[in-house]
Amino acid sequence: MLSRTADNLYWLSRYVERAEFLARILEATQRLTTLPLAYVGTSNEWESAVATAGCASAFFSVYDEANEKNVTDFLAFSAANQTSIRGCFELARSNARAVRTALTVEMWDAINGTWLELKRYGNGPNSREEFSRFLRWVQESSLRYDGSAYRTMLRNDAYWFSRLGVYVERADNTARILDVKYHLLLPEKERVGGPLDYFQWAAILRSVSALTAYHWVYRDSLKPWLVADLLILKDEMPRSLAACYEAIVRNLDAIAGVYGRQGPAQRQARGIRTRLQNSRMDGIFQRGLHEFISEFIAENNRLGSAISEQFLI
Amino acid sequence: MIAAFDEMRRADGGVRPTYSEFARWLTDVGSDALNYRRHEAELLFRRIGITFAVYGEADAQERVIPFDVVPRIISAAEWRLLEEGLSQRVKSLNLFLCDVYGAREILRAGVVPHDLIFRNPAFRPEMMGQQAPHDIYIHVVGIDIVRVDADTFYVLEDNARTPSGVSYMLENREIMMRLFPELFARYRIAPVENYPDELLATLKSVAPVSAAHEPTVVLLTPGVHNSAYYEHSFLADKLGVELVEGRDLFVKDEVVYMRSTQGPRQVDVVYRRIDDDFLDPLTFRPDSGLGVPGLISAYQAGNVTLANAIGTGIADDKAIYSFMPAIVKFYLGEELLLKNVPTWRCRDEEHLAYVLDHLHELVVKEVHGSGGHGMLIGPAAPKATIEQFRAKLTTAPNNFIAQPTLALSTCPTCVEQDLAPRHVDLRPFVLTGRDRTRIVPGGLTRVALKESSLVVNSSQGGGTKDTWVLDE
Repeated sequence: MLSRTADNLYWLSRYVERAEFLARILEATQRLTTLPLAYVGTSNEWESAVATAGCASAFFSVYDEANEKNVTDFLAFSAANQTSIRGCFELARSNARAVRTALTVEMWDAINGTWLELKRYGNGPNSREEFSRFLRWVQESSLRYDGSAYRTMLRNDAYWFSRLGVYVERADNTARILDVKYHLLLPEKERVGGPLDYFQWAAILRSVSALTAYHWVYRDSLKPWLVADLLILKDEMPRSLAACYEAIVRNLDAIAGVYGRQGPAQRQARGIRTRLQNSRMDGIFQRGLHEFISEFIAENNRLGSAISEQFLI
Repeated sequence: MIAAFDEMRRADGGVRPTYSEFARWLTDVGSDALNYRRHEAELLFRRIGITFAVYGEADAQERVIPFDVVPRIISAAEWRLLEEGLSQRVKSLNLFLCDVYGAREILRAGVVPHDLIFRNPAFRPEMMGQQAPHDIYIHVVGIDIVRVDADTFYVLEDNARTPSGVSYMLENREIMMRLFPELFARYRIAPVENYPDELLATLKSVAPVSAAHEPTVVLLTPGVHNSAYYEHSFLADKLGVELVEGRDLFVKDEVVYMRSTQGPRQVDVVYRRIDDDFLDPLTFRPDSGLGVPGLISAYQAGNVTLANAIGTGIADDKAIYSFMPAIVKFYLGEELLLKNVPTWRCRDEEHLAYVLDHLHELVVKEVHGSGGHGMLIGPAAPKATIEQFRAKLTTAPNNFIAQPTLALSTCPTCVEQDLAPRHVDLRPFVLTGRDRTRIVPGGLTRVALKESSLVVNSSQGGGTKDTWVLDE
């Protein structure tokens, strides 16, 4: 297939995935900030939402203060933010438009329909109710796109590149939540977090839609080190770093199988996957959660570039 | 103004045989049903994303071309007439191009004046003596036809460069079949859905002799900002070929490759929807970012076929058009079957004098214009515009031709809550391959939605209709 087509499919999936993630962050933050101060402490959750979205410097070049109004506006609608939710859907749609021939009717319908409906929200909803409906809608749109791709695409390289986009983006998103909140996720022996942190942990889980999953996996109340374990190492948790890398390796292998050639992208992905497989939470805490996460984010970015160089340009 | 021929009703109000079943159906279901379907059609078009861009309108980046649900119906006998005329015309145009870039017999015989070719910006001197693969220049042509009475069809112009609109022919039919299954059960309508297959067969048939057994065909688009981008992607999809932009192709040792995820892949046939000027910055406009450097050298080396060939603009030029009767006679020894609209060439002094005297009743067109721009419709124009054109004509008569204002036939069309006659034209598409000529029965019917307007171009408020050719 054309490199440009593969590139568009890859980015189309990334942008849709990112839009959904932004909606989840906003939803979780909104929930957290409506709690009485006694339950969440005095940290500025809106500021950490901006940090999690990875656009702190862009945000503060436009606004002085990270409050609900500014942050929701910036992450959801602002024209100053190219990868706001709106920006993501617009970029996704223009990528889709450039490769319509590579999309199934259902996928096009999903992304074009989303883009058309987006206009309904104009420059942003007027009330909190409307805004939370909007956030729901964003997540549903992403599910619909993802489901259409999953259900209707031929299982060939086009599909695998589109999946790669999903998982590279998802791994990045999960890692960034961990990066911002790592100080709340302490190892077992360092019980500094009081009940105050409970809602923080719940918010982290919520932003990767894993709150229920947590209880199924551990059958235990929320413990920070288990939250970290779930998001980093648990294969069965679809947004964990381990699960993302299992999928990345699988899709890259499928491509290599058909093309009859392994390349740097395959080798790098397998390297990261192996490291995740061989890690235990104790070891990660010992070497420092923060270091582990920063390193992961950098490696995930390097894999993104390797995929680009090998296939997309 | 004379009353126009209506496709549905005779002058006495009776319904013509082609529309009798439609009229009966309409009485059965009532006009509400029509209105309801009209809205549904609009929704479908938006949802599918069939849009076009209008140049020069900043805000209107994507617009849906209005679609009218009342079909334009053509009888089998009428179509046979058209088909024969189209074949003859396209055959002659190909022979003409072969000759103009080759032996130039038609010039030596004095049938067409030299300067009309050599001083014509659409003429490509780079292609002189360069044989097109299999001697075919125009693989895809859209010919604009209008009807003025029961027996007379005129050719308005030949679009021999990169004609568009065929996706509307196909999509209009799909939507009509979805919305009006009852009508399709009542009529026997010749299908058009095989057009992409015919196009692919045509394109494969003209691959270079050296190409592999299964030649690789691509569709070259200027990109998403082009007004016909939807059509490009639609066709590539239906053809099952890659939709490429200039940056996806490169030329090495006079061979064209596309950049694929598995490395370079050789390309044999380029169905290009980019104008000559932008194809190759090394040969034509050096500032073009749309084309492929070296493409022309690969073409000249015979390693790739371009469809349409380069320089076909010389054949659909409005000044050449007026020579069509003589051109057909010269190459085929036949009379022109599908007539030209009587045309005054303003380069000719006598013609110019006549035109200047009759501006208020003529249509004046720029020789190289298209899309209905830069055109004067005498009877509808204010005095000031007429005077403007008078000045233009006097300074640069060579740039203009004039034609009588035709009473284009009308077809019933949904307006407000009712049906009313609106003027229509017809653009059938003719494919020429190495093996044969293919014409899918039908075409794109364009309709001027404004009352009594004669401009059917989509960029100026025109709409489209499905075109039914009846199967006996």
